[in-house]
Amino acid sequence: MLELIVFSLLNGIVYGLLLFMLSSGLTLIWSMMGVLNFAHASMFMLGAYFSYQIARYIGFWPALVVAPLLVGAIGAAVERYGLRHAHKHGAVAEILFTFGLAYLIAEFVVMLWGRNPIANGVPAVIDFPAFTLFGTSYPFYKALMMAISVGMFAFLYLGLKRTRVGLIIRASLTHPNMVSALGHDVPRIFVLVFAVGSALAGLAGVIGGFALLTEPNMAAALGPIVFVVVVVGGLGSIPGALVASMVIGIVQTFAVALDYSLLDLFSALNVQVSRGSPLYEIYSIKIAQAAPIIPYLLLVLMLILRPKGLMGTRET
Amino acid sequence: MRGSSSRDTCIWLALAAMLLAAPAAAEVKFAYIDPLSGGAASAGINAQKHMTYLVDRLNAAGGLNGEKVQLISYDNKVDPQESLIALKKALDDGARFVFQGNGSSVALAITDAVLKYNERNPGKEVLFLNYAAVDPALTNEKCNFWHFRFDADADMKMGALTDAIAKQPLTKNVYLINQDYSFGRAVAAAAKKMLAEKRPDIKIVGDELHPLQKVQDFSPYVAKIKASGADTVITGNWSNDMLLLIKAGKDAGLKVNWYTYYGGALGAPSAIGKDGIGIVKQISEYHNNALPELDPDVAAFKKRFTGKDDEFGYYRLKTTFDMIAAAANKAKSNDPIKLARALEGIKVTTTVGEAEMRADNHQILQPMFVSTFSDNVKFDVEKTGLGFKTDAKINAKDTALPTTCKMQRPS
Repeated sequence: MLELIVFSLLNGIVYGLLLFMLSSGLTLIWSMMGVLNFAHASMFMLGAYFSYQIARYIGFWPALVVAPLLVGAIGAAVERYGLRHAHKHGAVAEILFTFGLAYLIAEFVVMLWGRNPIANGVPAVIDFPAFTLFGTSYPFYKALMMAISVGMFAFLYLGLKRTRVGLIIRASLTHPNMVSALGHDVPRIFVLVFAVGSALAGLAGVIGGFALLTEPNMAAALGPIVFVVVVVGGLGSIPGALVASMVIGIVQTFAVALDYSLLDLFSALNVQVSRGSPLYEIYSIKIAQAAPIIPYLLLVLMLILRPKGLMGTRET
Repeated sequence: MRGSSSRDTCIWLALAAMLLAAPAAAEVKFAYIDPLSGGAASAGINAQKHMTYLVDRLNAAGGLNGEKVQLISYDNKVDPQESLIALKKALDDGARFVFQGNGSSVALAITDAVLKYNERNPGKEVLFLNYAAVDPALTNEKCNFWHFRFDADADMKMGALTDAIAKQPLTKNVYLINQDYSFGRAVAAAAKKMLAEKRPDIKIVGDELHPLQKVQDFSPYVAKIKASGADTVITGNWSNDMLLLIKAGKDAGLKVNWYTYYGGALGAPSAIGKDGIGIVKQISEYHNNALPELDPDVAAFKKRFTGKDDEFGYYRLKTTFDMIAAAANKAKSNDPIKLARALEGIKVTTTVGEAEMRADNHQILQPMFVSTFSDNVKFDVEKTGLGFKTDAKINAKDTALPTTCKMQRPS
């Protein structure tokens, strides 16, 4: 039992940190630019494919640096030559632009790498156990994933709180007009923010690519959950995104372990329910079966009860 | 004015192209309805290549009773509604033979539509040749004269898998993990029933259902499997749900044998990689090491289609074509009713053994293989250096199960 609890906690934290890696860039872009970037998960996917391709020539560690930079450069180009023009026509045009971009990137990936998952296994240089717990060795790459995720948090948190650029970005969140009135080159900051946000997604993709599956649908599969994290955590709040990721990761992981349904509750309360009772199908659903739906339940509840999210400063 | 005249030219050119492309009348048309775009397209496109190869092979051998066969493909995006539109198009194009395989929901929609169409259009009957939809209902309570299945159904496959498990004396605790929809539930129910009959001493230590293609992180499920003390896992999962599950199992150091339906499906060997060696088992009618040498058609297919993912995985499609050719020969006619009557009970010899089409429910009986993923094989798959090795071969006769089908034949 203790073993199950410890491993569930560990799994929950790892999954939560993976979600944070994915969503930190999105919350940065969303808060700073007000752009609901549907192509964010596509940048994650590009990171996975690029690192796979680059690592074949120069090895895993250099690829870990080069792939995110490449994705960041693509992000900068997207902002400078695409999004900036869409921006003039309002938020709807921006959303449609990123929406279309996500499809374009998916098709581009299919053309280059095919429709099936590619053989993106854990790179040999990091394929060894990090430590042993209850007789089970724990893979090093998961520890690396945790370290990178925590590093990202520190980089973003300190960057936004302690640097001049961070100051301007935060000011733009609350007083965008005043910031430009003070003579800051807001368009250039936009390019920078979009590039950094995309690069973070790319970095997450390098690790996520072999932790999950590298295939053309990975962006579509992960897109929704990332939005949940950002909304639940609160717009523009990096700590909020971290807390939301961890809550979602841990709650979902533990929910899977719970084989209880409403029927068990009824029998504990001595309420008679039989197969013929109305709504029997609903009573018999185990918590474990519903686990992957819990984040979306959280999203809906959050939007009803606290629209600005856990730590947000502005209404979503 | 200039714009409109060039538009007219375009229209005339398009019409001319359509006329030129219109097929000659004395051809037998095979309609292939499966996903050619969207998330499931890789399987559909792969099977389309099989169809192309097999139609060319059939035509090179003289076609059906001297008539050439033409293949026309329709994209259905694995959607039952889209499939009915595609079927309508195929019928308008004059196809009398419809091939489909991906998704039992699609197959159930098509078999109903074909039955109705044939009742209303005597003299223009259509046959439905199902090469991969495995819901047992199709050859039991939903069976009809126009539908023929060339793949073993989900229960027959479970029969073979549980036979293999029953022969492993060390198996004590079995865990079931499946997708939460009709197929996954059917797999779990069949596994429980058959294991109880074959090895009552085996305990079912878990019966998990998870949402279909929604789970990214399977490590909580693996932690549960581990805590249950299972030594064997049975799963009907396909695509990402299976690949992520096996990957999570490897990360957590889970030591179990995986008995899968789709461990050898297109893309799976690449994604599983060396993590699956010795532990991932599959049930199929063929694999590249089923025979000492590659089946000659598998070898010829691989010569013609040389992409990484171009595997002749649907061996049963070859058997399908062999049976159709034999039936057309026997009936001395390409008329669907006569051909269907000839198909009932037909026997063909394939490179892996005898195959037979049951007359009572139109279910094929063909040899099946339970095989294990291995790095020590003569013929690999998907250029991975890895492949499957036979554990057990099940003869065609032994795969048969009782049926509830009451076949209504046209008078």
